[in-house]
Amino acid sequence: MNLSSGKEYISTASSSAGWKAGDAAAADQFPAGLRVLVVDDDPTCLMILEKMLRTCLYAVTKCSRAETALLMLRENKNGFDIVISDVHMPDMDGFKLLEHIGLEMDLPVIMMSADDGKHVVMKGVTHGACDYLIKPVRIEALKNIWQHVVRKRRNEWRDFEQSGSVEEGDRLLKQSDDADYSSSANEGNWKSSKRRKDDEDETDERDDTSTLKKPRVVWSVELHQQFVAAVNQLGIDKAVPKKILELMNVPGLTRENVASHLQKYRLYLRRLSGVSQHPSNLNSSFMSPQEAVFGPLSSLNGLDLQTLAATGQLPAQSLATLQAAGLGRSAGKPGIPMPFVDQRDIFSFENPKLRFGEGQQQHVNNNKQMNLLHGIPTTMEPKQLAGLHHTAQSMGNMNMQVASNGSQSSQNIPLLMQMAQPQARGQVINDSSLGHATRLLSPMGQPILSNGIAANVSTKTGIQENVRAPSYNPVLQTSSMLNFPMNHASELPGNSFPLGTTPGIPSLTPKVAFQEDVNSDSKGSVGFMPSYDIFNDLNQHKPQNWELQNIGMTFDASQHSNNLQGNHNHSQPVLVQQGFSSGQVNGQNKSATVVSKAIFSAGDSTGHANAQNGNQHLNSLLVDGTVRVKSETVADATPTNLYPDHFGQEDLMSALLKQQDVVAPAEHEFDFDGYSLDNIPE
Amino acid sequence: MENLRQQIAEMRQSFFDEEILDKQFYQLELLEKRGNPNFVEEVLTVYFRESTTLLQTIEQAIETEPIEPVKVDRMLYKLKGSSANIGANKVRNNVTKTRQLVEGGNLEGAKAAFQELRNEHANLRAKLELYFQQLRQACPAETASRPVPAEVILHDARPGDHRSRSC
Repeated sequence: MNLSSGKEYISTASSSAGWKAGDAAAADQFPAGLRVLVVDDDPTCLMILEKMLRTCLYAVTKCSRAETALLMLRENKNGFDIVISDVHMPDMDGFKLLEHIGLEMDLPVIMMSADDGKHVVMKGVTHGACDYLIKPVRIEALKNIWQHVVRKRRNEWRDFEQSGSVEEGDRLLKQSDDADYSSSANEGNWKSSKRRKDDEDETDERDDTSTLKKPRVVWSVELHQQFVAAVNQLGIDKAVPKKILELMNVPGLTRENVASHLQKYRLYLRRLSGVSQHPSNLNSSFMSPQEAVFGPLSSLNGLDLQTLAATGQLPAQSLATLQAAGLGRSAGKPGIPMPFVDQRDIFSFENPKLRFGEGQQQHVNNNKQMNLLHGIPTTMEPKQLAGLHHTAQSMGNMNMQVASNGSQSSQNIPLLMQMAQPQARGQVINDSSLGHATRLLSPMGQPILSNGIAANVSTKTGIQENVRAPSYNPVLQTSSMLNFPMNHASELPGNSFPLGTTPGIPSLTPKVAFQEDVNSDSKGSVGFMPSYDIFNDLNQHKPQNWELQNIGMTFDASQHSNNLQGNHNHSQPVLVQQGFSSGQVNGQNKSATVVSKAIFSAGDSTGHANAQNGNQHLNSLLVDGTVRVKSETVADATPTNLYPDHFGQEDLMSALLKQQDVVAPAEHEFDFDGYSLDNIPE
Repeated sequence: MENLRQQIAEMRQSFFDEEILDKQFYQLELLEKRGNPNFVEEVLTVYFRESTTLLQTIEQAIETEPIEPVKVDRMLYKLKGSSANIGANKVRNNVTKTRQLVEGGNLEGAKAAFQELRNEHANLRAKLELYFQQLRQACPAETASRPVPAEVILHDARPGDHRSRSC
């Protein structure tokens, strides 16, 4: 007998409350009316807790099954303020539920158990619980649970605010990471070690508090690289989490973190092999600069990386990070490995895709967070680039080409390369030659990731899924692609994706939509045009804006990318900026702006570039990627971690995925041909 | 009537004195006091229903060879949690003891401890049923005004205050 049988749950508003979130009156009574969801398989306990919580004037909903609870939470994402869950439940482990909630909804979760063993409590901490209560729970312990809600909100705001400058990108990413990480829980400390030193402090302090957003492991590019190295060393068949963990030797990293990451990676590899190649691409030369950028990946930046990675340029790891980010983000889609699109694939893709010039960059507009592989390995063949461009144009349809290329295989480049918004489009595509990668961008204004950033631009909102199969075409082909994740922020539902944060990586909102099957997935997304979801949300700006903004990414084969680095203002002329409507990009905090920034920074016409944290990075990223194309450029751009280059694709992806809870529009899947955008307008 | 009330109060106190119940039970009483009539009885009803079923399942698992220690432990753990939630102190202690024996591989010892647990559980049930029966008797019409002691008199030598509200 359950007080609340399987599917039912009883919502009991506290007697005095009856307030709704956001209700002004209720606010006065805060914490009265706090909406609590209690999950426990023991009916006695559930009954008592409910009574106690009601006595505290909270609005209680009880649930005896974890799955029911998840359903409830999913149905009504904003329906609860805090969740209290038992550790030991028959249908699902409490920690698993905790992870799900963290990934998908990012609500504060309190664990409870009669077990007060140290290891169990520690497990709660590492999985991101904001508190741990020992049963029998006393009412006094419940009276103050509202503090966790407040704290979390405060942290989110903080992150949000911080996502500003590109420089902050890193930091932002970090924060956003904290805020919306979805990666496996991990102590913040660990994160900080990953993060840049400047951010470390911040992270440390934040992560230490249990009340902070659940500390989650952020699979930065570096980390992912380490991971991949370890896996390769062991052999993919023999790679078990324990051994990987030992090889990696990263303090603070737990076996569980590695295990979950490994799972994602495996899926990613599978996808890759389906697409075209082998996972080895991932490890391919990534744009080194990416590293910085992708760090947090939370924002699109990570996505960019992916794209870049896709182009083959991006180190597999970066992509991975991106993937991770993306993975994390897309509704906890696990395993969306950002498939690095082989460059080959990308290229082949390109032609069809690069329609950018022609079409419009639409894709960019889409909120799709195109994972611009800004830094996409420059090895894109010119032809491909060109192709990309074009496709980029049509990116709006991003799914495009990615999908089209079968080869690309579903790997939608997580980086949503926002294919330059239509406006820019034209430009980008112009240059078919790889070397022109930059060119591509410019016209397009979209960051054409010359590096074949296969941005999986998943069309908009919700594309999140799309991103999944990141078939990165390393080269964003351009144009619009770069509208990376800038949108993330916006798109992400409430996630503070640091789109802006992701330096340079136009992290298309985390949604690195890796499209599994590019073909299918990308379809939708590519069309960025439609205003990326990310963007939409973010700044509501029109996709158009994106185009330019993102396009900033159009790197000139030359060093533009360098500009990107940090200069927000890169006004990389070449890049995308072309038509940027910059406002958007900048506006997007967290969101894709970051991405776009990077891209745009190259010529950021509007200055968005600056604003966009990501842009910077993007540029950098793109630059990096593009550099490849050209041959180098950008490597410097990495200041902001946006450089997708160095991220192992996976890293990027994962980072992106992780970061982006919200599958932001990053759904775009662009197959970038590894075009590197040279000057990504900042 | 007054005698009855006194009797009830003393019975209640004895629960604490004998450590059959602990402070958690008092918490439940407080909750009832705050405008939730019959709350304690409701919770106990749920508890006994669940725990009785659980005990039967555990017994079956323990008597069936070979026993699965993990499974048995999981069930005992559950019982421990719910017993703790209502303040059933002795029952909970018995559960802990049984768990330890199971974990230690001492099957015979575990079985014996389990029997003890069952007895204690039955004992608690009988006593509480009587208690609530008397309460109802004392305040038949107003269930809400069941005498709820102002404080729990525990063995830590708190001043014994048998105040009980009148019906």
